[in-house]
Parts: sequence; C-alpha cells; structure tokens
Amino acid sequence: MSVDTSKVATSNTSAATANKPTKVGAAAEWADERLGLAAMGKKNLRKIFPDHWSFMLGEIALWSFVVLLVTGVFLTLWFRPSMAEVTYQGSYPNLRGISMSEAYSSALNISFDVRGGLLLRQMHHWAAMLFISAMMIHMLRVFFTGAHRKPRELNWVIGSLLLLLGTLEGFTGYSLPDDLLSGTGVRAADGFIQAIPIVGTYIGFFLFGGEFPGDAIIPRLYTIHVLLIPGILLGLVAAHMLLLVYHKHTQWAGPGRKETNVVGYPMLPVYAAKAGGFFFITFGVTAVMGAILSINPVWKFGPYDPTKVTAGSQPDWYMGWPDGALRIMPGWESHFWGSTWSWNIFIPVILMPMVSWMVVTSFPFLESWITGDKREHHLLQRPRNAPTRTGVMVAAMVWYAMFWLAGGNDIIAIKLHMSINQITYFLRAAVFLGPVIAFFITRRWCIALQRHDNEVLLHGYETGVIMRSAVGGYSEIHLPISEEKAYAITVRDRGPEGAGEADGPKANGKLTLRDKLRTLYYEDDVEKPTVEEIEAAHAHAAHAVEGGHDDAHAIEGGHDDARAIEGGHGEH
Amino acid sequence: MRLLNRSAGRLSRHRRGPIAGLVLLLLGLALSGGLYAAFSPSSSADTAEDQAAMAAKGRQLFLVSCAFCHGQNGEGLTSKDGKLIGPALAGVGAAAVDFQVGTGRMPMVQPGAQVQKKENVFSQDEINELAAYVASLAPGPAIPTKEDYSTDGLSAEEKQEAIVRGGQIFLTNCTACHNFTGEGGAMPRGGFAPKLLDTDPKHIYEAMLTGPQSMDSFSNGNLSPEMKRDVIAYIQSMKAQPGYGGFSLGNLGPVSEGLFAWIVGLGGLVGFAVWIAAHTARTNKKKGTAQ
Amino acid sequence: MSDSHEIQAHTDALLPDPGHPEHHWRPTDVDPKAERRAERQVATLFGLSVVCTILFVVSYVTLQTGIGGQEFIGLGASNVALGLTLGGAFLFIGIGVIQWARKLMADVELVEERHPASSSLEDRSATVAALQAGLEESGIARRPLIRNTLVLSVGVLVAPAVVMLRDLGPLPGDKLRHTVWAKNMRVVRDVVGTPIRPADLEIGDLVNAEPEIIFGTDKGQPLPSGEVIEGSDLQVQKAKSATVLLRMDPDDIVSDVTRNWSVNGIVAYSKICTHVGCPISLNERTTHHLLCPCHQSTFDLADSGKVIFGPAGRHLPQLPLGIDDEGFLVALSDYPEPVGPSFWERETKSPQAIYDEWSKETGQ
Repeated sequence: MSVDTSKVATSNTSAATANKPTKVGAAAEWADERLGLAAMGKKNLRKIFPDHWSFMLGEIALWSFVVLLVTGVFLTLWFRPSMAEVTYQGSYPNLRGISMSEAYSSALNISFDVRGGLLLRQMHHWAAMLFISAMMIHMLRVFFTGAHRKPRELNWVIGSLLLLLGTLEGFTGYSLPDDLLSGTGVRAADGFIQAIPIVGTYIGFFLFGGEFPGDAIIPRLYTIHVLLIPGILLGLVAAHMLLLVYHKHTQWAGPGRKETNVVGYPMLPVYAAKAGGFFFITFGVTAVMGAILSINPVWKFGPYDPTKVTAGSQPDWYMGWPDGALRIMPGWESHFWGSTWSWNIFIPVILMPMVSWMVVTSFPFLESWITGDKREHHLLQRPRNAPTRTGVMVAAMVWYAMFWLAGGNDIIAIKLHMSINQITYFLRAAVFLGPVIAFFITRRWCIALQRHDNEVLLHGYETGVIMRSAVGGYSEIHLPISEEKAYAITVRDRGPEGAGEADGPKANGKLTLRDKLRTLYYEDDVEKPTVEEIEAAHAHAAHAVEGGHDDAHAIEGGHDDARAIEGGHGEH
Repeated sequence: MRLLNRSAGRLSRHRRGPIAGLVLLLLGLALSGGLYAAFSPSSSADTAEDQAAMAAKGRQLFLVSCAFCHGQNGEGLTSKDGKLIGPALAGVGAAAVDFQVGTGRMPMVQPGAQVQKKENVFSQDEINELAAYVASLAPGPAIPTKEDYSTDGLSAEEKQEAIVRGGQIFLTNCTACHNFTGEGGAMPRGGFAPKLLDTDPKHIYEAMLTGPQSMDSFSNGNLSPEMKRDVIAYIQSMKAQPGYGGFSLGNLGPVSEGLFAWIVGLGGLVGFAVWIAAHTARTNKKKGTAQ
Repeated sequence: MSDSHEIQAHTDALLPDPGHPEHHWRPTDVDPKAERRAERQVATLFGLSVVCTILFVVSYVTLQTGIGGQEFIGLGASNVALGLTLGGAFLFIGIGVIQWARKLMADVELVEERHPASSSLEDRSATVAALQAGLEESGIARRPLIRNTLVLSVGVLVAPAVVMLRDLGPLPGDKLRHTVWAKNMRVVRDVVGTPIRPADLEIGDLVNAEPEIIFGTDKGQPLPSGEVIEGSDLQVQKAKSATVLLRMDPDDIVSDVTRNWSVNGIVAYSKICTHVGCPISLNERTTHHLLCPCHQSTFDLADSGKVIFGPAGRHLPQLPLGIDDEGFLVALSDYPEPVGPSFWERETKSPQAIYDEWSKETGQ
C-alpha cells in the first residue's frame, strides 16, 4: 500500500526552504556539532503515532503528573513540614488561639493568606486524584486490548509500579496538612503497621520516631512525598516513555494496518500539537476544578487531635478499597503464647493489596505461560476476542468496586437510608459472589459477540427490511458489510493453534496444570470462519437474491446453515 | 486570646481552676432555673394559674394526638410481647416536647429505624401547651430561651471567642456522629445522625439537653449552658461561611470528592480525548478542483 | 540471517487486505475560505487565552483572598476568579492548538514499518563477543578469590545503611502498655478540663473525658513545671488516655466486671478503638452501643465493651472508676490492659480474667 504523500507537501502553501543559513540554522548547527541532535531527530521527529481516543488515557496521567510537579513546587514554597506546636494567630477566625502543628498552621496560611494558594492546593489535590484514576483506566485499556503482550510486558510492569508508587505518593501527600481527617488516616496507618506480626511494633516505632503521633512522622512523610517517590516516579515515567517510543504504539487492525507497520500521524507536527494541546487542556480542567469544586477543606476539620474524630472519615478514593476491605472484614484475631495476631487488619490492608498488586504485575507473564503465546503482538485485540481475559478483568473490577462500596458504606447508608449493618453483610457475600457472576456473564457476552461477528461476516448485517416471498413467507434482508469492516473483523488469532505448543498429557495420562488452564482459557471461543465457509455463505447468498435486489446481496432470515457452521466452532 | 485544647488546661489553672468551673456550672444551672421560672413554659404564661390553664389545654391536645402511644397520662405503653410503643413522659421536660413536636418528629406517623423529621402540624402556642402539660407530670428541662442559645448579647470579641471554644467542643462531642460541618452521619442498623445546618438553634439546644431518640444527652452537668451556646454559635458561623474553595460537594469528605474526580474530572478529560482523536469533517472535493 | 530477523507476529487475515483507504480531504484543505475561517478561529482562541491571563493578573491584584474577601454566589471570589481565568488561559491555548492540528495541519496518515524489539543476530553475537573479551581481560573468571572477596565486600556494604536506620526511633519497650491514668487521678471533661461529680450527669449523658494531668493540674492544683506534659508528648499521651464516660441505668449493666468498675451507673471506657485506633464516641443512648466512625466496629458498653459488630477483634478496655474525698470521679488505676489497636506482643485476656488479676494486684 502506498499513500500519495506528495499532496501533503502541497497543502503547506509556503514551505520554508532555507538555502542560506539562518540564525536558527546556525544555532542548530552549533548544537549538532556538540550533541549530534540530527541523528536523533531524523529517527524521531516524524515518528508515527496511531490516533485513537483510548490511546490518550495514559496522557491524562502524564499531564496530571506535570500539573502535580508544577503546583507541588509552588506549595513547598509556603508549606512547613513541622509538627512543632504553635498557637494559631492567622486570619481564619474560628481557629484563632488554638494550638496546632506548624504544618497545619501553614496549610491554613496557604489557604487563606497566600493569594491563589487555596487554588494551588486544590489543583494539586484534584490533579492527584486524576493522576491515579487516569493511570487506572489507562491500565484497563491496555489490559482489555491485550497491549500488555510481548514485547510490552516490561512496560506493563513499569506501569504497575507507577500505579503503586502513585498511590503511596497520594497517601503521603494527603497526610501532610495534619488536619483532623489526615491525622485520623495516619492514626489508622499506625494501627495497620502494628498489626504486622512480629515486627509491626518495631516498624511503627521506627517510622514514627516513637509512639504515635510523635513529632517525626510529618517531616518524614514530607521527604518521601517531595523527594523520594517523585524522583522514582520521574525515572519510571521516562523509562515508560522510552519503551513506548522503542516499541512503537500498538494499533487497531484495519485496512493497511498490519503487525509489521504503524499507521498514523507524525510526531511533528500533528502528534506534538495534539499531545501538547492536551497538556494545556489537562492543566485547564484541573484549574477549573480547583476554582469551583472545594476539596479537602482543612479549616473545617480543625487541627489533628488524637481525641477527636469526624463522621465520614475516609481516605482518598484510591485507598478506599483496602479501607472498604477493612470495614467488611470479620473481627478475626488470634491470641496465643502471649501474642496477638490481627488477621482482621493484616489480611485486608497489608496482605490483600500486596498480593493483588503482585498478581496484576505478573499478569502478562501468567497469561503467556497459560497460552504459550510467545509471538509479538502489535495489533490490538478486541476485548470480545479474548473472552477469558476480559472476564477476568471485569471480575477484578467488580471485586474492586465491592470493596470501594464498602469503603463508603456509611455515606451510602445515610444517603440511601439503608442500614450500615445490612450493607456490610451484603458486601461480605458480594465481594466473593459478584466477581464470579461478573466473570461468567462477561465471558458468555464476549462469546455471543464473537458469534455475532461471524454472523455479520457470513450473512451480512440486518437491514430491518422485511420481505414477503411469493409463497407468503417472511424474511429479513441482510446486506454484506463493507470490505474494510470485514477485513478488520477477520484480523484475529485463530484460537490456541499457532499460539504455542501444549505440554501434552503426562505419563499418567492426565493434563498438566498449564494445559488445563489453557483449555479453560480458550474454552467455548467461537473461531472466525474459514475462507471456504465465507465463500460458501456468499455463494448461498447469491442464490437467495430476490428480484429487484441485484446490487444487494440479500439473503434469507432462516439461518439454519449458519448455525450449523457456528455449532461446529462452538462445540469442540 | 489563647484558649482551649491543651492551653485550656493551662488557662484554667491560672485563671479559673476546676472549682471555678463548677461554680460557673452551678451559676449556669441557677441561671437556667431562674429563666425557667421567669419565662417558662412560654413568656405568655406569667403566672401559675396561666400555667395550669395551659397544662389543661395541653392535656386536651395530648389526649387527641399523643395518648394513643404514650398512654392516657403519659405513663408510656408497651405491647403484649413487651415491645415499647411509646415511652413514659414523666420527667422528659418541656424541652423534649418542644423539640419532638417542633421538628415534626412527634406525633410519629409510622415506626421505623428512626423517627424522621417532617412538617410540624402544631402552632408554637399548641406546642407550648403540650409542653406545659408534660412538664406538669414531673420536673424536667424547660424550653430554652433566646438568651440560652444565642450570642447576641456578647461583644464582638466575646462572640468570636465563643465560636472558637464552641468549635473545639463541637469537634470533640458532635462531629463523630454529625460530621465535621454538621452534615450528619450513619449510625448502626439504619439509624442516622441528622443534618444540623437547617435545624433551628433552639432545637439544637433542646436536642443536646434532652438527647432525643438514640442521641446521648448533654445535660447542663455535662456540657454547661454556656458551652451549648458556643457550639450553636460555631454551627451558625460554619453555616454562614462562604465556600472559600468552591462548591462544597455535600461536605461529605473524600467519598464525594472521589466521585467528582472520576465523573467530572476524568470524564471531562476523556471527553476531550475523544474530541482530539475524532475525525474531522471530510469533503469529496479533490484538491486540484478547488484550486 | 537478516531474513530470520523479522517480527514474530501472526496475522491470519483471512480476507485480502483492501489496503489503505483513499484519503478524503477536509474542507479546510480544499476551500480557502474554510481555511481562513479556521485560521481566524485558532487565533481567536489564543487571543482569548491572553485575555484570561490578563484577567488573572487583575483578579490577583484586586480581589482579596480568604477571610473578608469578596464573595461570588456564596463562594470565595478570589479562588473562583483566579481558577477560572487560569483555567481559561490554559484551556484556550490547548483547544486552539488542537483545533490547529485538526483543521490545518496535514492530516494524511503515514505508514512506518516496525522492527522487532530484539536485536539482530549479528548484534547479539557481537555483544556477546565484546562481553566475553571484557570478562576475559579482567580475569574475573580465572581469579575467584578476587571475585568472591569483591562480592563479599560490596555485599556487606548494606550493613551501614541498615544500621543507620536504627536511630529512627526508640524501641517499643512497654510504652504501649501504659497510659498516664493512675490511681486517684481525676476524670475531667475534655476541652475545658473540669472535674466531674456523679450527680452532674443524668442517665444518658455521654462525656468525652481526659485524665486531669493532661491539663497540667492535680486535684485542681497546678503541677510543678517539670511534671506538666507538653508538646508532642502531650499528643502521645492524649492518643492513649482519651476516655468516654457514659451514665446508664445501673440495671442496664450486664456484666459484673462492668458493674464493679462503675459508679452509680457511670462507666468509663477507652475512647481509642481496639481495631486501628480511631477515637470512638458515636454512642447510641438507648442501646449503649458505641460505634467507631472509621470502620464501624460496635462495642456494647453495658457488657465489658464486647464487640457486637464490625472488624474489631477485641473488647474495649474499661477504666475502673471511683470517687475521691471531694466527691469527684477518679480512676482506681491505670487501664488494666493496653488500650488502642493490637500489637503483636500484646497479651489478650477476657474481661473477667483481667478483672481478677486487677483485683488481686490492687487489693480492691
């Protein structure tokens, strides 16, 4: 395939063709003599990126990270990470004369006395929420389309590290203002740490510099928040981008879009403009949110005081699911030999998130071990064409959502006039049953969609036009889909064949674990038809053409033969 | 001014000491007692005869509207299987009547996890008569007067001090159930702590004094009348406060913030992404023909 | 060799590839009027951004922030104006640039060939050869003594980093087992620090209380300055000693331990949840159930603080109450068991066992 790109050149009516060296040219030459930029530029300036809205979700995360860096630097100019006790004498009257930490006092100062300070604080907080939510939906997009497959597994690992660190960065950040809400969060975190068997008490004392709350935790969290984690995040973001450029972006199948090429717009100018413009848009949206939507109004909570608490003490949304797990966990504690084992805390907030993260991180490797697929994949898979994987992720989403709901159980109870106890009992069951139900529904749904694809491919789409034949029978006219669409639908892998070799039965005749999983993974998948089947269907359609529809390949509505074909694929 | 939290302790040891606090408390008690004598159950009832007349009127209202559950003489009723239908009313005081009837909670329409606030069906005079009747059963807390729950008589500086002190008492005693701005919160088994922001200051005062339904009481021996007044001053000041950072998102804390981040923030940005990647309008004209 | 260096990917396309579709031009490509209109549109957007930036600076200078600042439909005008103008300034640039890309920049899709992620076989063997040459020349394989001692010396370098962390904090010792509560210490109201007589409280009253020492006094008398708890130590002690008092009908009390430690139906419990340590004071007067707002653990105050709902694994510690000579409520001792969240070294016993031990120790 070839595209006449000569037309592109003519669209720029005044192409700048500089023959004599300009000032810019001289500067470029100066730089190139020292940095060798031209070689890099030649490779990358016109690099092609495919265009699809779902490819920009990661960009939202990237740009909110930039917003975080910019607003965060401004906030450090005024924030004082100190737990020294001061008596507030600032401008907020309802707390004047109250003892509080310097950190909280400076948070009030930023909110009320620094012009635009409240805006920056709110932008920083909104951007943090967006950063993590954008990372999550980006990750879901990658997963649902199979973009984590070879050769991109390591970028998936980097991505999941970014998600983990982003979450920790968020927690250390919202703990800093030392208001009643954030202090309650730190108090709970102290409880989590102490629940770690054997070493918990020691870790707690080392982290807090003694007993809770002490005077060390905020300065320490501050260093972690502004130096340690952002440094690692920056490095990982850079690695993520470099790998993206090296692998080139995945793309959807379509006419001219193959595993061996990438079709889209060049980095300069289109992609640079679109991505750069999106940065400004992300910044602008964050600023508008900071302008009109109040977030974490620290002055309403008052300074942290270990004897006070407020209803609606929740963490930010991304910590909501372990908090929800903590809420619906039964109160299991073991006591023996003078020791206390807090399963009720250790399992939901320490063990479960760690195990979940490890499973997510290792998913590309687990999947390719099960399928045996060691090929490179640059064309994306439609979610329906990997029913088991799609089902697994929807199940995981439902699982997460149930914990999420549990994390807001008190708000749900009061807003929907329900009993908090009943919600808790319901979610204790739903967290196990929900994902199972979601898995089976999603999987069957995907398989139904695969079947639908075949139907459309073989017999065309339903036009909604009903015909009456001479003998009085009714049928609906089907018309074939376009060549491009048909092509795009058929670009997909054909089941386990070609993916990789099965282990084969063991000496005792039983299947290996891997083979069992592999069978389950592909079970009930509806294969795309063969060339012969398509030809047969089209031939059949040609016979069934009714008078007056010469140009349209109308076929009859009775799909007996179609079912026979699909049945052959569905039952193997 | 320097007050409260821990400095409150230092202050009390220099300026007041706990005995002084007690004296203050007793003063408060004496004051409210005196006010009771002077104004209660309503400023229109000046004499004992008036009160007796009011109680008699109240009794008629009581028999019509309340006796069905609370008994002919407010002695309370239980069903055969021992389930409480209506509690005994001796000693609950006029304040409890004014709160329950004034906020429309009583008469109760149907049983549930919690009696709901609704449109009040009685006039204030009728409520006062009912209150007079219930107060005549046994002594109990009287209906507070404006002097009890309002800081109008104080200087600007004293008012501000009262708000600050009230804030600390509010955060210590009230926010656990009613949330940090008084938006309310969930309680066990379908119960809830109601929203305070639209509640009349008098009713807030009465609620603290009498502990309606499952709420704890904060009698004058627990929170002095002055402290109750300060709490109300704080709630009123929070209500009057402008939204410094924008719309409050229901003052529900991180749950509603998370909801907005996902729906408004991320939703909006994904909308932009769809626009950015969407194909623009096309034409069938060829380049050469247009030129 | 270069033939085998291809993308190991599988595309069973089934149908012939119809090839890249024909390019359709945009109105702005073929219609000079549309092109100029788009150009004006983009420039206008950039201009609007400048207007917003100017308005931002104007709002910064003219609007007062925070307290006493101007209001706009009940919101802080400064924040709204600064945010909206800043947002506008960025949004208009962003929308303008994207409009430029969508309408005016060349939009013919281009094709770029992919290359396999792996290196070519030549590159691989060259790299392996270079590595081997380097290792050979260093002699690391031939000199295991050097290699092993190097690994050892670098390995033990972890030690200083780990050792240095030791001084992050003190060892726990028995700090988590004790609070500042002590025999005959008065129970005072939180925030104001006033002592409490049983007669002050009516049935159904809930008091958020503290040990008197938190307020720097003892029996109403100021403590010597050396004994006053201040600064972060004060927060530490408050975090452990916060207490709730509830006066209930003495007949409602279920457990003997609770009754023995109560005064006229007044019971005192730790306010620090045994789950993860949130202060709990959501009491239901009618049921004596105390609920934690953080994770909804519910404790029965009439029955030794037994857990009746939620994730807490352990009852709420009860403070033994008594009355001093002046008739004020006092503690009979420190909490007989550690308060607050579980920790591994904690011994956990039933309320009755704790009571028996306590009465043996104190002789009460």
